[in-house]
Amino acid sequence: MPFLTRNPISIDLLLREVAAPECGGTCVFLGTVRAGPDEGGVMAIEYSAYESMVEAEIERILADVCERWPHARAVLRHRLGTIPVGEASIAIVAAAPHRADAFEICRYLIEAVKQRLPIWKKESRVDGSTIWVDPAGRAAAAGPR
Amino acid sequence: MPAQGTVRVLLFARYAEIAGRDHVTLSVTLPTTVREVIRRLREELPGARALPEHPLTAVNLKQAKLDSPLHDGDEVALLPPLAGG
Repeated sequence: MPFLTRNPISIDLLLREVAAPECGGTCVFLGTVRAGPDEGGVMAIEYSAYESMVEAEIERILADVCERWPHARAVLRHRLGTIPVGEASIAIVAAAPHRADAFEICRYLIEAVKQRLPIWKKESRVDGSTIWVDPAGRAAAAGPR
Repeated sequence: MPAQGTVRVLLFARYAEIAGRDHVTLSVTLPTTVREVIRRLREELPGARALPEHPLTAVNLKQAKLDSPLHDGDEVALLPPLAGG
């Protein structure tokens, strides 16, 4: 399946994709849209991407995972479009023979996503403004109201 | 005689808003580089002066350096700071 989706992410489906008798440890990482007390009243985040490059790059990232953890299985989805607070923008599921590798793969994949994939997010706030967000989570610049 | 070519430049997210468009096709004299294409874009496209001189870039779906050489038909992308996840 493509890595990018415009629909809510089904964790059950991802769990079924990685399930294997030889894998005794499975980790799930979810990134969800946050509205923290210092974030100006976030209502939703609109995600956009350079989609063809994302799909090419995620193949390269998963090839890295296969090479480094040949006995593990990993799958991930990133959602695009407008995602309300509390819903998942990304889900990563990693299964390995033992738990340490499953945890490590999840961490490896979320860091690779953040460092390598051309995906952007724009916050919609309660006052009607929209703001592009930079990788550190700070506002990058005000967009049109 | 120098060869002529065409590159397609893609703009995303905040950069597309700044430039008021999400793509532009440029005729270039070869050899050329990503840096030279960005310089021309900033000079020739109305509004594009506000784009950074040294943005993150990709060529043909892979991240590229500013001094990467370009060929006829290449797709160059200007990428705002990545913010996936």
